[in-house]
Amino acid sequence: MREFGNAEVLFIVFALQWTLTLTALAFFGGGIAGIAVALLRISRSRYIRLAVSGYIQVVQGTPLLVLMFLCYYAPSLFGIELNALFAAGIALTLNASAFLGAIWESALRAIPKAQWESAEALALPQSKVLRFVIAPQAVRIALPSTVGYLVQIVKETSLASIIGFVEITRAGQLVSNATFEPMKAYVCVALLYFLICFPLSRFSQWLETRSPGRTKGPSRG
Amino acid sequence: MSVIQVENIRKRFGSLEVLKGVSMSVEAGEVVALIGRSGSGKSTLLRCLNGLEMIDEGAIAIAGHRMSYNAAELRALRRDVGIVFQGYNLFPHLTAGENIMLAPVQVKRLSKSEARIEAQRCLDLVGLGDRFDSYPDMLSGGQQQRVAIARSLAMQPVVMLFDEVTSALDPELTEEVLAAIEDLAAQGMTMILVTHEMRFARRVADRTIYMRDGIIHEQGPSDSLFAEPQTSELRSFLKAELGQ
Repeated sequence: MREFGNAEVLFIVFALQWTLTLTALAFFGGGIAGIAVALLRISRSRYIRLAVSGYIQVVQGTPLLVLMFLCYYAPSLFGIELNALFAAGIALTLNASAFLGAIWESALRAIPKAQWESAEALALPQSKVLRFVIAPQAVRIALPSTVGYLVQIVKETSLASIIGFVEITRAGQLVSNATFEPMKAYVCVALLYFLICFPLSRFSQWLETRSPGRTKGPSRG
Repeated sequence: MSVIQVENIRKRFGSLEVLKGVSMSVEAGEVVALIGRSGSGKSTLLRCLNGLEMIDEGAIAIAGHRMSYNAAELRALRRDVGIVFQGYNLFPHLTAGENIMLAPVQVKRLSKSEARIEAQRCLDLVGLGDRFDSYPDMLSGGQQQRVAIARSLAMQPVVMLFDEVTSALDPELTEEVLAAIEDLAAQGMTMILVTHEMRFARRVADRTIYMRDGIIHEQGPSDSLFAEPQTSELRSFLKAELGQ
């Protein structure tokens, strides 16, 4: 049996890089896929909207833990050995794409139809209407909830521990098993999550309370 | 030669027929006012003219373009047909100048500096030369509406459409917008105005069209139409509007 000492704390702290790597993977992968989800959700084709809505429902309706198992074990059916980082990254990306896609879709829908119309009336093609008129306004609306969701992603990476990926939760578990000091190990883990999440939460709150500024169209009457 | 030719157009929203066969033509340099109660189809007619609403039947030719709902052809048409809305619809994240520069740069491929000069010229035209860097929420409703007019003008349209552009404004702000429109009329711009400002229509429009229940009920030179309305419906409409 080992003592719970500096080496154990350092072991957990070093695992932080993997928590952050997973977070980054999920946020950027999920962000890119989420943009696609949001854009397809406002597509003119009813079938595309329905198909993407189905994707969102299925992903949001599946526990991330189950998604994690599926991404880890499914490739082996085809004889592919996926490492834990990769499997966890895919599961988190799928999950984030559905939630971020839904957040961004509602931000896009929050822009008054009159903004689309007046931009189209200026002969701008749809892609430019989106890029220069709609997206900049939608980004301002979506920013607080996007940063808020980033906090969720940070905590969700802990589920990767279940497929053996050593991020801070798994590191805490290993230290706990070796030292029989679960409280010390998990308090240490919890503190690290808090240190990342707290500033992000405050940042999100600050974005929320900041005056929405020029995101609103002119009031009528 | 007529700049706008509308032939027997019909427009339905679901089971509700809003335009029930409207034909009209507008000559170059002519100013036409569309009047009528809410729901008479006048705004819908105007929105059909630049393809914001699709017609179900009939044909429209405007500024040398046949109305088509092919995206590229519709964009070509819209380059020549400007529209200003009741709600101004400025882009709130861009300054007045940037609002005006956007389409010339992105659609007509003007350089930033050319577009800046053009935007400044258009702001000067509507009397807001000093508000280039103001954001829409720093401007009054009347100023916002004048920026919206300048934004349309920057595309150098052949025809301008105005959809109840003063309906959201206080009376004192209405005047400054009407003055800007009157200037345009004086310069020979072909225009159609949907309006509730009867006195303005009479003063500025060469011709006034009274719409009722999705058809043109009565039309004529503004002076005679307002002085001697022929139908009882127009008489009672004018009486109510002018509060006589």
